[in-house]
Amino acid sequence: MLWQKPLGKRPQNYETASFWGAHNTSTTLRFIFDGKQYTGHAGDTLASALLANSVKIFGRSFKLHRPRGVIGIGLEEPNALVTVIDNGVREPNLMATMVELRDGLVAVSQNRWPSLDTDFGAINQLGTKIFGAGFYYKTFFGPFRNTRIWHFFEWFIRRAAGLGSAGDVADSALYDRMNAFCDVLVIGAGEAGLEAASNAAKLGKRVIIADIKPPLEHTKLSSLPNVRFLSRTMVWGAYDGDIFAAVERVSEHRKAGIGEPRHRHWVIRANEVVLASGASERPLVFPGNDRPGIMLASAMQQYASDYGVLVGQNMAFFTNNDSAYEAVRDLANAGATTIAIVDVRSNISDEAKIMAAEAGVEIITGHAVVSTKGTKAITSITIQAVDISGKTSGPTREIACDALGISGGFTPLISLSVQKGPKPKFSEELQTFLLPDLPQNWQAVGAVAGEGLARPAPVLVIRAETPTDKAFIDFQHDVVDTDIDLAHLEGFTAVEHLKRYTTLGMATDQGRSSNVAGMSRMASLLGKTIAETGTTRFRAPFAGVSLGSIAAERFGHVMPDRLTPMQDWHTENGGQTYAAGLWHRPMAYLHIGETIEQAYVREAKAVRAKAGLVDVSTLGKIMVQGPDAAEFLDRIYTNMMSTLPVNKARYGLMLREDGILFDDGTAWRLSKTEFLVTTTTANAGKVMEHLEYFLDCIWPDLKVVATSVTDQWGGMAISGPEARNILSKVVSGTSVENEALPHMGIVHGTIDSVNVMIARLSFSGERAYEVYAPAGHARRVWEALIEAGKPLGMVPYGLEALGTLRVEKGHVTGAELDGRTTAGDLGLGGMLSKKKSFIGSAMAYREGLVREGRLQLVGLKSLDGRALNGGAHIIENASVSEVADSLGHVTAACYSPEIGAYVGLALVADGKKRIGQRLILSDPLRSMTMPIEIISPHMVDAEGSRMHG
Amino acid sequence: MRINCPHCGLRDVIEFSYAGDANRTRPDPASTDMDAWNDYVFNRVNTRGLHREFWQHNHGCRAHLIVERDVVSHEIFSVKFAKQPEVALAKTPRKKAAKL
Repeated sequence: MLWQKPLGKRPQNYETASFWGAHNTSTTLRFIFDGKQYTGHAGDTLASALLANSVKIFGRSFKLHRPRGVIGIGLEEPNALVTVIDNGVREPNLMATMVELRDGLVAVSQNRWPSLDTDFGAINQLGTKIFGAGFYYKTFFGPFRNTRIWHFFEWFIRRAAGLGSAGDVADSALYDRMNAFCDVLVIGAGEAGLEAASNAAKLGKRVIIADIKPPLEHTKLSSLPNVRFLSRTMVWGAYDGDIFAAVERVSEHRKAGIGEPRHRHWVIRANEVVLASGASERPLVFPGNDRPGIMLASAMQQYASDYGVLVGQNMAFFTNNDSAYEAVRDLANAGATTIAIVDVRSNISDEAKIMAAEAGVEIITGHAVVSTKGTKAITSITIQAVDISGKTSGPTREIACDALGISGGFTPLISLSVQKGPKPKFSEELQTFLLPDLPQNWQAVGAVAGEGLARPAPVLVIRAETPTDKAFIDFQHDVVDTDIDLAHLEGFTAVEHLKRYTTLGMATDQGRSSNVAGMSRMASLLGKTIAETGTTRFRAPFAGVSLGSIAAERFGHVMPDRLTPMQDWHTENGGQTYAAGLWHRPMAYLHIGETIEQAYVREAKAVRAKAGLVDVSTLGKIMVQGPDAAEFLDRIYTNMMSTLPVNKARYGLMLREDGILFDDGTAWRLSKTEFLVTTTTANAGKVMEHLEYFLDCIWPDLKVVATSVTDQWGGMAISGPEARNILSKVVSGTSVENEALPHMGIVHGTIDSVNVMIARLSFSGERAYEVYAPAGHARRVWEALIEAGKPLGMVPYGLEALGTLRVEKGHVTGAELDGRTTAGDLGLGGMLSKKKSFIGSAMAYREGLVREGRLQLVGLKSLDGRALNGGAHIIENASVSEVADSLGHVTAACYSPEIGAYVGLALVADGKKRIGQRLILSDPLRSMTMPIEIISPHMVDAEGSRMHG
Repeated sequence: MRINCPHCGLRDVIEFSYAGDANRTRPDPASTDMDAWNDYVFNRVNTRGLHREFWQHNHGCRAHLIVERDVVSHEIFSVKFAKQPEVALAKTPRKKAAKL
């Protein structure tokens, strides 16, 4: 098809088969770039639509703020990075060539201020001599070392450098995660990938074919039952066991449906892998090679064939291989005018000559471009004769053009094959790194395997006789040829050093377009081959991946919730629930007009005066069963469990192997061979693993089975002087009087016809009972207790009151079992049996664990009526503002209605000896100091008379 | 990485958690030889190559397994139950599919 071609404009009524699927002009899409409204068509990318609107400058470069256009058409694009803004959420550093156009798209360019056309940062170009490799180190660690100069410049430098910026609006989009399995994973749906997928499908294999582009309409593959076609999906990581990570752009190109994710993270396990990821063209390196209007030859060709966009009226080409000639021929067929092809080779193939002749284009062999002109876009090139080493000499000639197509050969996209470590192999013939030796169950097909790629001359970097401008190797990080020279001069010649010193290949594209040129420059400086110089390793991700897709459902509102059977009752009755791990637990039950503190003080008072009911379903519960269960628990707990009679419970401590406290809880002996073990909420999972480890790995001979029953039982604790009276009103089938149910006793009965287990245990220090009911009926039991308790003044209480009651009693929880404390530190040393060995018994008495001066559990009382702060330090001298001389810290704090003061628990050096001392609490974070008194941790009923009798 | 659990079959590593070096021998519980306990609790050989280790199949059968693994290449040579190493694989390892 031929048409008249106003610059960058599309003819009316054309239709082409686009790279991105059917491209048609019948649907007009409106979009905004840098605040200006444009239109494009369905099937466009942001890049193709902007090019069709004659936009030349897409961004400013990283360091030097040079104006940059788009040079590629796909993943190889290093320049045209944009930020897409959706509902205030900014996604930076997206390649304009990969952003599908949609109606209402809003994108902005990056790294410019105040605008693309007028950018103050461009002043950096005046100082390009100083912004060479190692600039920061040389400047701020060299002559200005130890001066404040860095602090002065930092703000300006940090502002000037960098790519896009992230926003501060929370991303409201959904992300999810999928697992997939297949016999064959085909990566890339080009011609070769489609053929491989179709062959595998015919053999009846389960095939997944993943492709970064939108769905291909002409393939029937996706309708086969054993084929899953993942379009808009980039496979970005290859891991051990042939597990692949991929991201699917589910609803980025359109409005998301209800519950539909924006991106979906795929974990694909494959038995066989077909790599068909293709190859991308790379630029040539010559002075001024970054001017807008310079574009990869294949990109120019495809913008015309796939999107109907001609990027210039008078094109010139510069190449070291035959592929550019095909582009010239195709562009001529599409109606473009090409003035000249500059080829570094002296001899070119007959095929190339024929293609040039068909297009009526002058071929200038043995020449290279040595400079380009144009302020906002290219207006002319200057050429000079070049030799095989890339050096130019002789007379120059200037050729006017408004677009320059360049081709330095092709780089296969081998990243996935080398992520796990194998080294790629350099091919002299193709002047690029090819696949390493692949595992048996992998194969590569098509361009990624080097098939059908043009053979370039080994000239990638042009050394102009008198360079008038910078020659860019890495466009995205502004690394130029002379940076490589400097790295060589200064001894950073190994590729990994070169990379870090110059930042070559460290940008978001990992050097896809630049590595080979950089290595080739270093190789020639060293007088080695590129194969000897080697290349850096590619790592996952292959290209940018949204963090949302990796977090997926493990984030925020989509995290799983663990709810106790009474959760609904809590929220229906004023319970202010908060997250404790995955659990939701009520803090306090607020009456109208109450603060949390007023509520918990009221609840705690009610427990001590009358009674209270608290939900303890979150405690870990483990059934330990078997003939050796008692022996096993003797080894696990520090105290003796085998002597426990049936229907009795005992408080127990567990240590780690190193003698440090691990967890505390109770063991209930239900029969000779059965124990119910309870753990703290936080350690439920860890204790379970601990028991399983010892049963499986250390004592496989013990006949014991441990089963987690945390979710099977709903638990509630009823405490207070009236607790027994309330229980006796509702419990049938057993007496709960003191003789039948003494302290630490267990009975079985029913409440409202639900079978329950009741153990008389006290965390609050009051007469108290833990009632366990099957989870499905627990709320019914809870409500029966609430009803029975109302006339006797019982209240439901939350975690804050529970914490207050335990602080007053000096009972420990996770805040004190902090992985550093010993049983002795917490005043529980007497629980370490001397009659037996148990886990941790050998190490518990190590010198450091029993020495004088260790932190010990004590109580604290505020002396000036202010509240204590958890985490604040205890110091001796008020003049010490720093906490270097800290004696210890506060682990828990609350208002105690019993004491009538703010109190707390603390771990204090030699704490027991300090009881009665008046010290200072220092909280440097809140700039607060206050007088406190060290008191016994057992603040209420130290002799324990309330819980007995 | 994938581990072929003798009970559940070939599963992703995210279902498992590492449970320590399986080459260690726990001293006799009554032993007061502090050097032996120190060695057992704190000291590990940082092997390069073949390593015998415990893994627990937390999100599966919960059994502890002894996995023989090359810690450089991540190749797994054998997987056995820690409790009953003599019990054979319950499932055959995944079939190597024929080359395309």
